[in-house]
Amino acid sequence: MVGGYAGKFLEVDLGQEKIKNTVFPEQVLRDYLGGRALAAKILWDRLGSKWESIDPLGPENIFLALTGPLTGYYPGIRICCTGKSPLTNGIVGSTVAAEFPIELKCAGYDGVIVTGKAKKPVYLYIDDDRQEIRDASHLWGKTGKQTIKLLNKEVIEDLEKRYRLKRMWREPGVLYVGPAGENATRVAAVMMKWTHGAGYGGYGGVMGSKNLKAMVAKGTGPLPAAANMNETLKCIENVTQSCYASDGMRRWGTGSAGYEVGAGTSSEPVRNWQEEWHDERTFGVDHFERRVWLKRYWGDYGCPTTCLKVSAVLDGPLKGAITDNPDYETQAYVGTNLGIFQPEGNVYVNAKVDDLGLCGIQAGNVLGFAGELYQRRILTKKEIGFSLRWGDAKAFGRLAEMVAKREGIGDVLAEGVYRAAIKLGKQKGKNLLLYAVQAHGMAIGAHGTRSGLDYEPITAYATSVQGSDHTSCGGMGPLQGAGDSLWGFADSAVICGFNVFDNNLDPMWRMLRAVTGWDIGVDDWVNTMGPRMITIQRAALLVGGPDAKWDPDKDDDNPPRFYKPLPSGPLKGKTTSRKQVQKDKVKYYQSLGWDARGIPTTETLKRLGIPELEIVFKGMRK
Amino acid sequence: MSKTTKVWVARDYLNCSGCRLCEVACALKHEGRIWPEASRVRVFMLTPTLEIPHLCAQCDDAPCIPSCPVDALSRSDKTGAILVDAEKCISCGKCIDGCPGRVPFLHPQTNKAIICDLCDGDPVCSKVCQEGRYNALWTVSGAPSKSYKLYAKTPDKVTEELAARMYRDLAKELI
Repeated sequence: MVGGYAGKFLEVDLGQEKIKNTVFPEQVLRDYLGGRALAAKILWDRLGSKWESIDPLGPENIFLALTGPLTGYYPGIRICCTGKSPLTNGIVGSTVAAEFPIELKCAGYDGVIVTGKAKKPVYLYIDDDRQEIRDASHLWGKTGKQTIKLLNKEVIEDLEKRYRLKRMWREPGVLYVGPAGENATRVAAVMMKWTHGAGYGGYGGVMGSKNLKAMVAKGTGPLPAAANMNETLKCIENVTQSCYASDGMRRWGTGSAGYEVGAGTSSEPVRNWQEEWHDERTFGVDHFERRVWLKRYWGDYGCPTTCLKVSAVLDGPLKGAITDNPDYETQAYVGTNLGIFQPEGNVYVNAKVDDLGLCGIQAGNVLGFAGELYQRRILTKKEIGFSLRWGDAKAFGRLAEMVAKREGIGDVLAEGVYRAAIKLGKQKGKNLLLYAVQAHGMAIGAHGTRSGLDYEPITAYATSVQGSDHTSCGGMGPLQGAGDSLWGFADSAVICGFNVFDNNLDPMWRMLRAVTGWDIGVDDWVNTMGPRMITIQRAALLVGGPDAKWDPDKDDDNPPRFYKPLPSGPLKGKTTSRKQVQKDKVKYYQSLGWDARGIPTTETLKRLGIPELEIVFKGMRK
Repeated sequence: MSKTTKVWVARDYLNCSGCRLCEVACALKHEGRIWPEASRVRVFMLTPTLEIPHLCAQCDDAPCIPSCPVDALSRSDKTGAILVDAEKCISCGKCIDGCPGRVPFLHPQTNKAIICDLCDGDPVCSKVCQEGRYNALWTVSGAPSKSYKLYAKTPDKVTEELAARMYRDLAKELI
């Protein structure tokens, strides 16, 4: 087998209760690696001809959890969760960290492909010898913390009793959904380890719609062998030293940004993006460190950065909340975006969101949207059931619960901000999309474009084939840190983008060769493999789904709010130039070999080896 | 005078980040592979956020040694590590039951008992932990202390104590 791959994927048909091994030809793996790119290939091959009619929350959708060849070798382990997205109707590579991927690879599998829908709640159990669909009725409705507790106990007990090897067994790797996923909300994440979520894309709801509560893996084998182990180890050491050198990231994680992005770059969501500036020193990372952090370094298998921190509120009215950091995105989305400027309040809502299995970004965005509707008296206390004042952590926590359980007003908010704005707008006779901060149906990352000082280009959300995320965003050059191309590689080799240093990329490309033994490198990815993945994603995004379709001329754009002047702070009055967005978009599209409207040309499709997509794009060209 | 330099791997569970670089280093050193379930140090995470590096504590009385029915276990004169004679080992697992911390385990491929060998006096697990400035593991050498045998405890017990320490009255819900 090729180095770095276990060599087989587990394919599970939940409807027929059938499990089998699937093997892809070496050329397919070489062209698509794994994770996001391979998923795009699998999804389009299997569903492309009927893409538009597939309901992402129906049994026809496919859920994939895929590793890549560098998973477990390159420091910073992740797994890529994907399928047809209930938010964008496209393909979103959504990755999440923790130990499930290494357990899966050590059990002999590169990924899991799930089709159909189980008749009742189930979980998938995988070890080296056994692959089983097991009953999960007793886990249904349970929070993340309860799910892990119950699963760890029952799986360890079973291993002690039934497994061939004698030892004191430790916990398995667990990938799961909380109540938000079970109830097929569009704002649910695929979760691991209490607090880690693959949120973008809304794949928690896809697992839930299949009655799939969790996947559990325990592998006792070694990580699949690398083609050249000595060279691989040299690359690991090189990356490790880069991780150790990034002291700020180790010390604070992304948690220093909760203050800095507001006070410094004026690009943090404040009260549903009505403002992007704040200077609340109570929200400084030093306060988090002293008031809520219980562990200074927390991380996942093989990561020298350990940017996570364990946080808890142990006293007072918000007692009982336990989560990580919070990291920047959740400091912003379930902090400043809800008018919360105290670490305890932020930890409280973040822990709620984690326990319920909601995506911090998608849920935080729609909660902020509800907050603004309440502020504008478009939604009333009666409709919500209680007052929803900015800064009230308990009220927003309660609303998060209603969203996850689809109760009351939570039912419409569970559709995500785009669909909620349309539905509520119809009821109210108002254009509520003005307050929905999203692109292509997905809430955007917590980095605004108006100040022009954040890392995101002004076309990041408008041109993203992922929809509108802040990690693999559009509009950036091929080797720029958070660009669709470079981060797309991280999502496909399936490693953590935070350990990819754009001033030290060489060990990553070298490791790709050392692990796989293939003679491929940066040029192959940048010129062919990356653009091919992005182009397939573009096809899926523009073909759309039964409930939403995107018009490249209208929908490849920023949220309307981003063209209003910033109302406060030292950069008051600054805004995004609509003209410049149009210009930059054309430039970015053309760099990919697409036409000015973002439709790939016939020549490009041929050059990328995907001429079969011509039939999709032909009718879209003008 | 004996030339023995006994070493121990001391540990502070509260400092463990769960990064498991110790396991990566241990498996690479002993197996030449990244291999979580063959690493002599295994980090238990029965409850997330409570990570317990679990490895031999080289108890003075070493109850594992007499528990072995075929005399496969012995103590190294040089380091004090418990050494396994793989040729003698019959994979019965009695050393696991004999250990108060249930530390030994059978190798996933050879099915022979494996126990931390202290890397012949220079344990790589504590080296990488120190390099990462976590300070969850470090090497102590010199005069033996009775206290090190207290580390020979099962991870579930340590988890309970750690949970109470970190989460106080919330601990019960979590573990």
